Amino acid sequence: MTIALYRIDDRLVHGQVVIGWGQPLKAGFIVLVDDAVRASPWEQELYRMGVPPHVELISASVAEAVARLPEWDADPRVGILVAGDVATAAALTGNGHVVKRINVGGVHHRPGRTERLRFVYLSDAEAAQLKALAARGIEVSAQDVPTARAVPLAEFT
Amino acid sequence: MSKPLRGVIVSHAGVSAALVAAVESIAGVSDALVPVSNAGCDRDALFKNLAAAVGDSPAVLFIDLPGGSCLTSAATYAHGRPELAVVTGVNLAMLLDFVFHRELPPAEAARHAAAAGNRAIRALDT
Repeated sequence: MTIALYRIDDRLVHGQVVIGWGQPLKAGFIVLVDDAVRASPWEQELYRMGVPPHVELISASVAEAVARLPEWDADPRVGILVAGDVATAAALTGNGHVVKRINVGGVHHRPGRTERLRFVYLSDAEAAQLKALAARGIEVSAQDVPTARAVPLAEFT
Repeated sequence: MSKPLRGVIVSHAGVSAALVAAVESIAGVSDALVPVSNAGCDRDALFKNLAAAVGDSPAVLFIDLPGGSCLTSAATYAHGRPELAVVTGVNLAMLLDFVFHRELPPAEAARHAAAAGNRAIRALDT
């Protein structure tokens, strides 16, 4: 099997990830890539509370995730990987690892960002970073839940 | 005199506002509960909205699900603060209990409300 969903979502592991995507994909593990959460066992436990017992939640720093991506891709279970921002997702596509698709699932308003879709706000630099990923052959689309239409990158940048 | 205990409901979409309205219509209590929605919020924005809703009052934070963005923000906010307590799985029955037990300390009011909420969950044979 492989990581079935590479998702950018600033809420990290929450209902849309666990229920919305996790159920139809029959996910067996979720990788949460966030340096701050990785450094806090207490926060990791909070996120674990929202995950069913049969789904493993793996917390990883960006550096750990880059190193372990091949291992997760070879896992016989279906996996979901969640990164909190565009920069983190971009970091995971380096180092020779092949990521075919990136799902922009939820990037909310912050100063410097403008609304691109109801659930996607991006700064110009973030939009450019996503376009750079697309230029490398990665299919980038925005889709909060599986039943919604996947909006191609060109429509929101 | 210390500030009265406040209930802050943190939920997805409009659940929190609907619960506040329902409590008001049933109990006639309108000053005990404040709704917070996670709609359109990342973790930082939800954290700020939560702080504004709590203000400087002691409070019980009622969360819709026992996991996810509402819980992570609320639990992080309440961590290490004894004037705050957190209850997950909010339902109408626990809120109705809470608004009539605001004289209790936050942790005790939270346990009391959670027990009332648990008692309200039944699967009936029909």
